[in-house]
Amino acid sequence: MPKEVTKLIHKYLRHDKKFPHVWCPGCGNGIILGALIRAIDDLGLQKDEIVLASGIGCSGRMPVYVDFNTLHTTHGRALTFSTGIKMVNPDLTVIAVMGDGDATAIGGNHFIHAARRNVNLTALVINNQIYGMTGGQHSPATPYDALSTTSHYGHIEQPFPIAELAVTAGACFVARGTVYHVKLLESLIKKAVKKRGFSIVEVMSNCHIQFGRRNQLGGPVEMLKWLRSHAVRVDKAREMSAQDMAGKFTIGVLADREYPSYVEEYERVRKKARDSAHKESP
Amino acid sequence: MRPKATPKRQLLQGNEAIVEGALAAGCTFFAGYPITPASEISEILSVRLPRQGGTFIQMEDEIASMGAIIGASLTGAKSMTATSGPGFSLMQENLGFACITEVPCVIVNVMRGGPSTGLPTNPAQGDVMQARWGTHGDHPIIVMAVSTVRDCFDITVQAFNFSEEYRVPVIVLSDEMVAHTRETVVLPSREEITVFDRIRPDMPAEWYIPYEGDSRGVPRMAAFGDGFRHHVTGLVHDPRGFPTQRPDEIDHFMHRLFKKISKNLKTIQLTKSFFLDDAEIAVVAYGSVARSAHRAVLEAREMGIRAGLLQLCTLFPFPRESVERVARQCRAIVVPEMSIGQMSREVKRVNQGFCRVEKHSRIDGQLITPDEICNRLIQLHHS
Ligand SMILES: Cc1ncc(C[n+]2csc(CCOP(=O)(O)OP(=O)(O)O)c2C)c(N)n1
Ligand code: SF4
Repeated sequence: MPKEVTKLIHKYLRHDKKFPHVWCPGCGNGIILGALIRAIDDLGLQKDEIVLASGIGCSGRMPVYVDFNTLHTTHGRALTFSTGIKMVNPDLTVIAVMGDGDATAIGGNHFIHAARRNVNLTALVINNQIYGMTGGQHSPATPYDALSTTSHYGHIEQPFPIAELAVTAGACFVARGTVYHVKLLESLIKKAVKKRGFSIVEVMSNCHIQFGRRNQLGGPVEMLKWLRSHAVRVDKAREMSAQDMAGKFTIGVLADREYPSYVEEYERVRKKARDSAHKESP
Repeated sequence: MRPKATPKRQLLQGNEAIVEGALAAGCTFFAGYPITPASEISEILSVRLPRQGGTFIQMEDEIASMGAIIGASLTGAKSMTATSGPGFSLMQENLGFACITEVPCVIVNVMRGGPSTGLPTNPAQGDVMQARWGTHGDHPIIVMAVSTVRDCFDITVQAFNFSEEYRVPVIVLSDEMVAHTRETVVLPSREEITVFDRIRPDMPAEWYIPYEGDSRGVPRMAAFGDGFRHHVTGLVHDPRGFPTQRPDEIDHFMHRLFKKISKNLKTIQLTKSFFLDDAEIAVVAYGSVARSAHRAVLEAREMGIRAGLLQLCTLFPFPRESVERVARQCRAIVVPEMSIGQMSREVKRVNQGFCRVEKHSRIDGQLITPDEICNRLIQLHHS
């Protein structure tokens, strides 16, 4: 193992936690955890000031392995807990990792409202297009006609484009990456964490066990190759026709805009409230 | 010597007194979603909390509200939410999360008629069993009930204190009647009340074992950002907070959760007794019905009936000993409540053939009047 990697393992993984982890060999979740750790290390953030929250699912197991303040919440609700955390201690860097089902099915309401409300949080949505943990049922991100354990005859619903949904809902920073384009992913996470306001990175990932196998997409390697050949950089996509983009998805930064964050806005509310209280009782 | 400030008389409704109680207890974070008859609590806190540097946030639903108050509490704030039946149902899953992760927080449920949308502007007491058992799985919880405006203050303070002391969510059951009744009250000053703050770790961070109970069975609670990095999960966990499947660790964990409450029943099970010393017939009541019961007992006494009242302030853990004492002493007990008979079943359960226990239930959205209860006392007196 390269020395750099060993150093990061020693610094960020929990040594008192019983390994091995719960993920299948080759699962994209590990690649994402690696990118997250490198991004945080690069940003020079202290472990004490990071909260890594998650919902329920394979993705939800990520926090337990890393030496931050970690919180494994209920299915779909990571952003609601994170909102409470950030409002009480705005100095904390709060990152919520969620699965596609977690974030956009059961947690869909919280997801759009967190984007709209603009609390300074970073959402990491791992989109493996399926419910991994519960055995391969279809999720809101499962493609049309795909097979899943609850769509034996082909899926008849259209998937959410998760990042685009976040753009429309008002998130300050929206990006999409994949577990194939790791360097890009790292830089997107860094930008998202640095951003003031609600930021989200959707990560296209492979669940070869519950999705790939059933849909003849092969193992991890084949699925990574599929991600490579179907991802188009945002700037390049602009020059492509809708026809050429069919079946493909964009990667890179989809939105980067400035709104006052909820934390800053609420500071203003506190000031107004104090001023009006002074007026009432001189 | 400074002259003592004259106690301030205030005209308050129950919901307002709950706000005063919460602020006096040190609540700095509130998340909620509007619902009748609890909305005033949100509205007033949206004005008051930011004045003192706290946070009020209106979430997208009650599930989110419950999540937010847990997150806030994990970060060191005393937190609360307030709702009514439909919202209380939505909170149940995250309420269980607070139980298993031992996160202090207070949930006010201003009960209205149910099920479903039911009777939004009528009082009811039909959420008693949901408050006790609403979230899935075996879990300890503290449930308290308020019957007057002054109670709303005192019990809310008490709820925060229990919550902080035992690291357990505490539910305060109010009802539409108490919530919207205005009364003149004198609230105690901050110096006159006791406020308990959760015990934080004071050892070096490497020594901190986040889910190891102290002598009380209650683990010390670090806030996120304090330097005591640890893992919090809704999975059953070992003392370090990591998920476990080991039967011995599971058993130890589950029993510790219950023991921290059962070891302190005497402190937690609060009741009020009126005229019980020589009573032959007793009323056991809680919430707004306890007021009618108090009145009824006075009237019955005037008629020469030796009646008494046991008012339950803590509903769960069920004040078994107090009820049993009354059951042993009296000939009969009547349990009036605005439900089909949720608390009367509890009273019957602990009454091991000591006396006759009758329920008096009303589920038509109307308050139980003193006359109704008095009539029951007269009947029981003559039978
Ligand atoms: C309220 C609730 N409903 C259902 C479940 C069962 N459940 C656990 S994980 C999961 C879906 C996980 O899929 P996803 O969010 O896409 O994450 P992945 O496992 O693929 O990482 C479900 C439905 C649950 N834990 N809680
Ligand atoms: S089931 Fe899928 S998502 Fe879950 S660990 Fe295995 S490969 Fe990863």
